[in-house]
Amino acid sequence: MKFWRKPLDSDEIEVTIGEIHIIKDRCKGCAFCVEYCPKDVLELSDEFNVKGYHPPYVKNPDQCLFCKLCETICPEFAIWVTEKPKEEKKVES
Amino acid sequence: MNETLTKELKLPEEKHPMENILRMDRIPHIWCSTCGIGIAVTSFAIALEKAKIPLDQVCVVSGIGCSGRVAGYVKLDSFHSTHGRAIPFATGLKLGNPKLKTIVFSGDGDLFGIGGNHFIHSARRNMDMLVLCINNFIYAMTGGQCAATTPLTANTSTSPYGNYEYPFNLPHLADSCGAVYVARWTALHVRRLANSITEALNKRGFSFIEIICPCSTIYARRNRLGSGLDIMKFYHDNSVIKHGANTKDLDIGYQSKIIVGKFVDRERPTFLDCLNDWNRKKFGDKFREYGGPDD
Repeated sequence: MKFWRKPLDSDEIEVTIGEIHIIKDRCKGCAFCVEYCPKDVLELSDEFNVKGYHPPYVKNPDQCLFCKLCETICPEFAIWVTEKPKEEKKVES
Repeated sequence: MNETLTKELKLPEEKHPMENILRMDRIPHIWCSTCGIGIAVTSFAIALEKAKIPLDQVCVVSGIGCSGRVAGYVKLDSFHSTHGRAIPFATGLKLGNPKLKTIVFSGDGDLFGIGGNHFIHSARRNMDMLVLCINNFIYAMTGGQCAATTPLTANTSTSPYGNYEYPFNLPHLADSCGAVYVARWTALHVRRLANSITEALNKRGFSFIEIICPCSTIYARRNRLGSGLDIMKFYHDNSVIKHGANTKDLDIGYQSKIIVGKFVDRERPTFLDCLNDWNRKKFGDKFREYGGPDD
């Protein structure tokens, strides 16, 4: 996401980082999560699940901002996001 | 063969946060890939959490059809009623125990096809309930017959040369019958839908929310509209948010602009308010106010 200027309070705000969990065998490959993820974290994989659909996989795990849109828009209850604890974030940065 | 299958089908170790509100022994559900009803259920669960209503006071009633399955999948007090009779059952439930929050989760064919009469009278009386109508423009589970909401010129299995019947304008119907809260969202507006359901849950009186859902297996296939994802993209490009729009202008044509938003939010005395007020006026001190089975 590009900003036309740097937000004034960008130093004060702590960005949350999410961790995506996918139950692959429950997925029906509708690709809503892939299409509507604002940070393009997910992508459809080439592998098949038990039902014969292509489940998504996490392409850019660091980009996830814990917005939970994929969790809300998934019609199959197959994907959810948890917030990563803060210590891990420091290690990563 | 069987061993590999059981190995592959073993239950996941991690738990989805929605599992508190779903009957997990019935999941995965029968809805098709890209069906929007699952999204509506997720939004409903988020709204329940936000509205902070105790779950033992919530009951879900649904009719027949794809969306009628919701009553079986949610881990709340629920009933899967006969075709079109979800609202009468919910009315009885509400009057039997007025402390309950009754939610009718049903489809357009069930609520407005066979159950249209129940809907208008329930809205007229202002029964205290929330009606969530999944609108996919077609009778999807029974094979794609022409429904009361099918837009003009759309192809269905009973109108193979195009539909020539004018469809219902559901928010206008609900508004003119006296609903106190009328909104319409598509399956794409998940957060707005969840906020809208939260508002409606906290409102007394007959609330109506129309949820426009993609039906890729029947409606999109017969009309060659592509996959469910293509319909979601269509919603993205063609839905216009107009809060407080006049409900007369909310007709949906075939592949036309869809006006979404919250259209009506007003106060009216509910059926039980009117009952208590009138009888108190008539009988004075002899009348004991009706408030539930504890009385």
